[in-house]
Amino acid sequence: MAELDRVEKSSHSLDKSITLPPDEIFRNLENAKRFAIDIGGSLTKLAYYSTVQHKVAKVRSFDNTAKEASSEKLYEISVQEEITARLHFIKFENAYIETCLDFIKDHLVNTDTKLIKATGGGAHKFKDLIEKKLGLKVDKEDEMTCLIRGCNFVLRNIPHEAFIFTKHADSEFRFQNTHPDIFPYLLVNIGSGVSIIKVESEDKFERIGGSSIGGGTFWGLGALLTKTKRFDELLQLASKGQHTNLDMLVKDIYGGSYGSLGLTGDLIASSFGKSATTDKEFSKEDIAKSLLHMISNDIGQLACLYARLHSLTRVYFGGFFIRGHPVTMHTITYSINFFTKGEVQALFLRHEGYLGAIGAFLKGAEEDNPNQYSWGENYAGSSGLMSASPDINPMQRARSGTFDMLEMDRLERKLVNLPLLEDPSSYVPDTVDLTVDPLAREYWLFCFEDALDGVVKRAVASQPDLPEAVERAEKFRQKYRHKLQTLRQQPFAYGSLTVRSLLDTREHCLNEFNFPDPYSKIKQRENDAALRCYQKAVAALDALGWEEKQFALVRGVLAGNVFDWGAKAVSDVLETDRDFGFEEAKQKLEERPWLVDSYNQWLQRLKGPPHKCAVFFVDNSGMDIILGVMPFVRELLLRGTEVVLASNSSPALNDVTNGELQILTETIAAMDPIIQAGLKEDRLVLVQTGSSSPCLDLGRLDKELTIVVRERRADLVVIEGMGRAVHTNYFARLSCESLKMAVIKNPWLAERLGGKLFSVVFKYELPPPPPPAAPPMKEEEEEEAVFSP
Amino acid sequence: MALNGHRGDIEVNNDEDETPTKPLRSAREEMTPDDPADEPAGGTATTGGPGASARGASLHRPGTTRSDSLRRSRPPFPWFGMDIGGTLVKLVYFEPKDITAEEEQEEVENLKSIRRYLTSNTAYGQTGIRDVYLELKDLSLCGRTGNLHFIRFPTYDLPAFLQMVRNKHFSSLHTTLCATGGGAYKFETDFRTMADLQLQKLDELDCLIRGVLFTESVVVSDPSECYYFENPSDPERCEQKPYGLQDPYPLLLVNIGSGVSIMAVYSETDYKRVTGTSLGGGTFLGLCCLLTGCSTFEEALEMASEGESTRVDKLVKDIYGGDYERFGLPGWAVASSFGNMLTSEKREGVSKADLARATLVTITNNIGSITRMCALNENINKVVFVGNFLRVNTLSMKLLAYAMDYWSKGQLKALFLRHEGYFGAVGALLELLHPS
Repeated sequence: MAELDRVEKSSHSLDKSITLPPDEIFRNLENAKRFAIDIGGSLTKLAYYSTVQHKVAKVRSFDNTAKEASSEKLYEISVQEEITARLHFIKFENAYIETCLDFIKDHLVNTDTKLIKATGGGAHKFKDLIEKKLGLKVDKEDEMTCLIRGCNFVLRNIPHEAFIFTKHADSEFRFQNTHPDIFPYLLVNIGSGVSIIKVESEDKFERIGGSSIGGGTFWGLGALLTKTKRFDELLQLASKGQHTNLDMLVKDIYGGSYGSLGLTGDLIASSFGKSATTDKEFSKEDIAKSLLHMISNDIGQLACLYARLHSLTRVYFGGFFIRGHPVTMHTITYSINFFTKGEVQALFLRHEGYLGAIGAFLKGAEEDNPNQYSWGENYAGSSGLMSASPDINPMQRARSGTFDMLEMDRLERKLVNLPLLEDPSSYVPDTVDLTVDPLAREYWLFCFEDALDGVVKRAVASQPDLPEAVERAEKFRQKYRHKLQTLRQQPFAYGSLTVRSLLDTREHCLNEFNFPDPYSKIKQRENDAALRCYQKAVAALDALGWEEKQFALVRGVLAGNVFDWGAKAVSDVLETDRDFGFEEAKQKLEERPWLVDSYNQWLQRLKGPPHKCAVFFVDNSGMDIILGVMPFVRELLLRGTEVVLASNSSPALNDVTNGELQILTETIAAMDPIIQAGLKEDRLVLVQTGSSSPCLDLGRLDKELTIVVRERRADLVVIEGMGRAVHTNYFARLSCESLKMAVIKNPWLAERLGGKLFSVVFKYELPPPPPPAAPPMKEEEEEEAVFSP
Repeated sequence: MALNGHRGDIEVNNDEDETPTKPLRSAREEMTPDDPADEPAGGTATTGGPGASARGASLHRPGTTRSDSLRRSRPPFPWFGMDIGGTLVKLVYFEPKDITAEEEQEEVENLKSIRRYLTSNTAYGQTGIRDVYLELKDLSLCGRTGNLHFIRFPTYDLPAFLQMVRNKHFSSLHTTLCATGGGAYKFETDFRTMADLQLQKLDELDCLIRGVLFTESVVVSDPSECYYFENPSDPERCEQKPYGLQDPYPLLLVNIGSGVSIMAVYSETDYKRVTGTSLGGGTFLGLCCLLTGCSTFEEALEMASEGESTRVDKLVKDIYGGDYERFGLPGWAVASSFGNMLTSEKREGVSKADLARATLVTITNNIGSITRMCALNENINKVVFVGNFLRVNTLSMKLLAYAMDYWSKGQLKALFLRHEGYFGAVGALLELLHPS
């Protein structure tokens, strides 16, 4: 069965005090609407939808007719209030349910909600309490349906949701890429019993089997055999026991292995087989361990038999038996490996405990159709996966009164993968997985912590008129520092730890404290300065011979890319040396041959026919976009190539946003007939990526962008900058030509790549050769001929 | 068998005055020509029990012609087959009944003593038992006619058995002892050092399958070797019925000993082990011992027969108030084995008998469940359950019969064999008579 049902609370009484102030747990409650609750045997999961009002930075061109003489600036920056949708999920122990309901009641003001969707075995038990406290009518939803809905939702919206568990590896969690097509899969839910569900589409799923030997058997039999009452304690006992004292192994029967069947001596031939023939006393630990093995192996075996019968290879495990317990994740993984000979891997989910609540919520929100949007995990508001470290006493974990939270932001745009990815299912955006690379992890965590002061300073400076900005910035500092500390202990908390996730977490935290765009003024100043140099720069380029010009254009992009406030080596220079300009940047660049240098191949390619359409993922504001990228784009246009300029939807560091780029391009067009013509003839288009990250996930891009890419039959992808072309996508394989350009502005990374500060990556790649033509029919005929008389 | 120091029996037997004789003459008979090994796989299925003709043995057919070659190939007496499992040792012994006066004269004393000892007793020592009801009378085997006896004792008493073998000077008979089961490997050295016997070790699955097919083929009727339960879903009308296994292939053979092995059998020689589970008879007894303090299988079964598992297990109806219609689960189905035992209050409310019953139901249903999945994966609809877990365990057999029938909607048939746990030992004996 899916959940623990109506299990009365164990006899011990819980400390009812809540360690966090409730308003930090039940956030944005004042605008909450649509509630759902999933009450299990020991944990309650509450879900609600709310709106978050936060500040966003907008740019707007000055009206040219009413131009103020005093303003030298190209555009104005305004901070506006924006309302976005957010899903809140909170998990807490059933003991707190009354306290929590009271709190919710007191803070629920603007809601016209009448109903609360409920699921889980405990929904029945607490029905009256909920109705009385909240004045909402409890509407029960089928557990299994909620579970599947929730599972589909997290698999679709949370990258790195699923992981495999390896007990003794450097990193116990190995996160899986989200396959673009999440179906079909098998969900093995180990509650008190086991349900095995085959999921074929959003609405099509079937319970194909199950078993009565599940978590309840471990708990019930365990309690009888060891006189230990709590599930967690039983697991703790099991982790210390020796199963070989009770189990009859193959070697106990054979004296060794059973060679002809390939059964090794250590295999269990008969669980508890020795306890029948020996009179000795057995320790609780050993009994619990044998029981754990017996049950895990049995479930694993059944799961494999069902997976085979239905030809499924993706098998997710959930339920309270699994939930965050390394001991059971390990034994189930072992069992699956054994019975499928490694062909199927046991998969677990980061948000497994929330599936029922998410599903119940979605059932209640069908009229809003949450599935038509893309959602993103908010790193600032989510607790992340708990530590699997056995050092953390399960007693502590269970009693600590911690409230686990998950927040999902509704993204403005539907995100899909770039159609030009060679293999979307194997695409990994990130170049280095810091979860499995302790040295790199250590460095980057230090690096981000080290840069924190600067970010705080920048944030305060960005809002000079708001005196409370100092206080908010301080809160940001605390939050982000806390996140970094958590990640130091639990690098797997939000999936694979990467430079991208560290950057994104910082952006989420900045947004959380209403610093939507700390670099807006810097970007503005640099854009203005760069624009003044544009015409001169283009004229100088035009004066060059063809081959020199091509090289100068590439060097221009690279020099522009030096202007990166995200890199400490650069921001230190920019902070102190106001006169550091484009020419100075060129001086910094490494001379050819570059660290990665396929310039000759690129030049050779340029001598050939023009590309049909290039998609250019741009990076920084200022010199980068105006003096580096634009002349390069201009040349492409001159060659007859259409250009799609893809930029961030919202701010991140000093990266140029789509809004800014619109204004900049129009201004340049006013000075440059070629850009002008490009825009006019629709050969130059500006699209947004749907992202607000300094990095780039080609698997989650604005659907509009992918439509443009497809319609224009883009045959060249240009990715610029360290965040997009080195930290991410360095190894990305595309099905068309690609050009990755970046300057390494981090000494550690430069060294790691075998270069030095300001080394250049210029990576021009051709698509893989087309697959060999389908095997000729002849072969088949030949084969037939062999067999015909 | 003298076990646990019960020497008295041995001495009594030793005191019997037997005339010392020379070893048995070697005698041979022609190998039967229709050995299925020479035929295409499955080819013997239509000729009735393949083992019958193959092994030159049949019941109630004592008049088989003896030829010289058969005599020459025939091993000397005594004829034993042994299966040393994780919990039980199974021994089959062929007692020749067609001993001529001349043979009687020549028979050595040791041999006679063994025969007398085994056939005149039904219990040996404290733990050895002869299952008299299983004895196959007038069996013609390798040109000789006699009775096949079925004896078992716990594996932990093997040392006592070896002591007896030593005392009876078994090694002086220069016989080969064919043994299978894991113990044949584990205790090989003990046999050599303690009893001066060289074991011929045999693969247990080979023996098992050979034994099943042979036994099924030689037992022609009354009581039929193979049977099933009619109306398994109706306790009132549920009845044991004979089943003719003339056309056995393909079949799923589920051997429930201490652990469980599941084989898909396509012919006598073409079979594979599909899977197995460690939740078997040993688990039932082991858990029962821990839960109830009992010490024997019989005791555990006795308790189980008096208990009520629904007090221990959580049923679908305990959770959903009735059937879980969304997924077609009947209310009486077990949702969580031992699922009611999470609270101390409920734990105090159950008897030892209830716990024994729940253990039996849990283990049995689980075997049923895995078996059913294997049958589906292998596309086989006939399942034969064997192994000593089923001995005097009608409860489990009926449960298996019901589970197969219900969950497969009548597609799967559960079959059982009377000599449930002895097929490995029979297979070992056959190997002695007709090395493959």
